[in-house]
Amino acid sequence: MPSWSSCAGRSPGDSGLSSPAEAAPARGGAALPELANVRWRTRADDRGLRRAGRLWTLSTAAHAGPFVLAAVVLASASPILLPFAALCLVHAWGIPELYAARGARVAKPVGGARDRSERVALGLLGDLVDHRARELHARSGLMLEPGRLGTWLVGEAGALLVRPGGHRVHCYCVRATDSALPPSDRLAHLLLALRTDEVGFATVANLAFSGATWRVRRRVVRPAREALAVAVHEARGR
Amino acid sequence: MSRLIRMDRTGHTTVAEWTTGDPASAEEAIAAFRAELDQGYFALVNHGAGSAEQVHELPLDAELVILRRPIAGG
Repeated sequence: MPSWSSCAGRSPGDSGLSSPAEAAPARGGAALPELANVRWRTRADDRGLRRAGRLWTLSTAAHAGPFVLAAVVLASASPILLPFAALCLVHAWGIPELYAARGARVAKPVGGARDRSERVALGLLGDLVDHRARELHARSGLMLEPGRLGTWLVGEAGALLVRPGGHRVHCYCVRATDSALPPSDRLAHLLLALRTDEVGFATVANLAFSGATWRVRRRVVRPAREALAVAVHEARGR
Repeated sequence: MSRLIRMDRTGHTTVAEWTTGDPASAEEAIAAFRAELDQGYFALVNHGAGSAEQVHELPLDAELVILRRPIAGG
């Protein structure tokens, strides 16, 4: 897996792109100020995201491929080795599944009390979006936000970006730095940052997984599957 | 009536309110706005439909200005 794949951070230049993080202004004006904390990164863009996706696929194949090869060698060497060959195949299947499970975790709700402060925060969050997004959030915990890079699903501790066409999803670990915030405020922080500078948001966030949408769909918590299906539908129309 | 609100652990707090026809309330709001920025908050105006704008001076004509904390890769 690429070194930048974990939520701990990415290495320079791996998002593939065109200019230093602070160099290019956001579409609507000011760039996300948090870019100053990741000066070594280049600003994400469409080409870079495609490249990152291909690297993920290649990396996964490099991890799983040897196990498939080992299974073929074992199975052809002797029938008695068939159980070991089967184990190798299970391992090859499991590697991408584990990575997808890590990516899907960004859609999980954070802990924390759902008390009065959360109700207040939820009221503000509801004012920021339209009726359709509000209803989907009520059912899934994820906020649908169309963007230039694809269709976003923003959660309390991360975001999913369904790329145009709906076949690939990028899972980002990103959070509000104040852990005492109620869950809906955390989501509002991410949503507003995304709206301020989508490219900057994708640059600041850490890529946890990039791969086939169906892999992530199987791994996200059940209420999020509906939101992912809606996002894929939107992305297919782009 | 325009509002400056801060997202915090209470959900959100109204930091200042002002009207364009009341210079005193606007001045108080500007002072409160600067104090919040000094505390490390970022201010923005949500334009709806997927657009928000970061602001460094209080836009007196905006209905709602929101203060948020920084975000970071998780």
